[in-house]
Amino acid sequence: MTVYRLTTPISEDETRKLKVNDEIYITGTMVTARDQAHKRALELHAENKKLPLDLEGLAVFHCGPIVKKHGDKWRIVAAGPTTSTRMDIFEGDFIKNFKVRVIIGKGGMGQRTTEAMQRYGAVYGAFTGGAAVLAAKAIDEVRAVEWFDLGMPEALWILGAKEFGPLTVAIDSHGNNLFEDVRDRAEENRKAIYRKLGIR
Amino acid sequence: MDIESLTEKVGYDLLRLAVTELPRDVKEALQKAHREETSEAGKTQLKAILENIQLAERTHTPMCQDTGTIIFYIRAGAEVGRLEKVENALIEATRRATVEVPLRPNAVDPFVGKNTGDNTGRNIPFVNWEIVPGNSLEITVLPKGGGSENVCMLGMLVPGEGLQGLKKFVVDAVMKAGAKPCPPNILGVAVGGGADVALKLAKKALLRPIDQHNSDPEISELERELLEAANLTGIGPMGLGGRFTVLGVNVDYAARHPASYPAAVAFNCWAARRATARILENGEVEHITHRNR
Repeated sequence: MTVYRLTTPISEDETRKLKVNDEIYITGTMVTARDQAHKRALELHAENKKLPLDLEGLAVFHCGPIVKKHGDKWRIVAAGPTTSTRMDIFEGDFIKNFKVRVIIGKGGMGQRTTEAMQRYGAVYGAFTGGAAVLAAKAIDEVRAVEWFDLGMPEALWILGAKEFGPLTVAIDSHGNNLFEDVRDRAEENRKAIYRKLGIR
Repeated sequence: MDIESLTEKVGYDLLRLAVTELPRDVKEALQKAHREETSEAGKTQLKAILENIQLAERTHTPMCQDTGTIIFYIRAGAEVGRLEKVENALIEATRRATVEVPLRPNAVDPFVGKNTGDNTGRNIPFVNWEIVPGNSLEITVLPKGGGSENVCMLGMLVPGEGLQGLKKFVVDAVMKAGAKPCPPNILGVAVGGGADVALKLAKKALLRPIDQHNSDPEISELERELLEAANLTGIGPMGLGGRFTVLGVNVDYAARHPASYPAAVAFNCWAARRATARILENGEVEHITHRNR
């Protein structure tokens, strides 16, 4: 396990160095996107329209934050990760089209996303689910909010991050997926568990 | 007593307390898990969870950004008057908590997808009623996170498979859920009644402190057995591998139809938030799960 400190924009070479189980901290621009934001971004791309910002080399955070306005400035109150599998249907195209380098979330992602990460050079960083206050501590500013019509959790929050982490690299750009390894091992344990419970 | 304003105040306090501070039993179970977890990744996750809980408590901030769908459980003394005012007072409490705590607006119209912005909507917050003897009003709030809600399961099992079928159903539910419900989890398991009754009892079972043994020794043994089985999966904290997948299993049941064997599993995430207080006849408020700060 190696600890890396990355600053956006992150290059493909930098992401290729990372292996599962490595620990990373991110400084720079991080953008929140959940189901609706992924959907809209891909729709705009399909219509050859521009996104509100260039996502190349940035970190995308699966997160619906609680944000409070103080005067004319937004402040992040809580910002833990949401379940990433919901974005599995979008993420492959998202990585391919927008060249994001780090996807941050919880619970891991599936085969399609793992393949896209391998092909285009991106990693998945697991942040402790629900650890919203820890996360908020590492976000020092809200730079902008786009697509607020989607509601507070689904909007595109453009954040300034300082040493955001620890993120465990759970999917790397070499086809390894830590969550799937754990799942495979659990599957191997299933029969023994059944036996112990007297299930035939 | 002025039940309307008291309920609104207590409802607000309970929401604030629930989302910023875990009940003692859950905190202690997480601390124990951190001490005993042997997987490195799992221990790191538990350490982050404990740090996060402390920070949330100290700064009076919600411990998780998903402050949940707001569900209330009321045990109303039959002699308490003006109970028709209670639901509206809880709606007002929810609106106020959304702005002041704050809570994330989590109530969305299922057809047009519009977020109401204040955590209220048709049937939400949902209020469960129980009429009990006496003249006090007990209010419990369960802010229920979406990640753990999405893996709740209902199975209409085959009666002939009996208890073995139930055990298999629970293990399969834990395996299927994997990392999604933010383990280590608390499980509410219920059997019997009917599809709706099983789910309702399973969710309500999440309210029982996990350090309390079931008063029925056979069910207590079943709970222990299911807990051990769930942890043998090795899914571990946040699904990154380890010994602690589940912190506690609470089982409840109802009589069943001879042809049916409904079984339900409700999941709660590590941020297993709940808060209870009782409004007494003289207007005094007794906090049960939390010290009111």
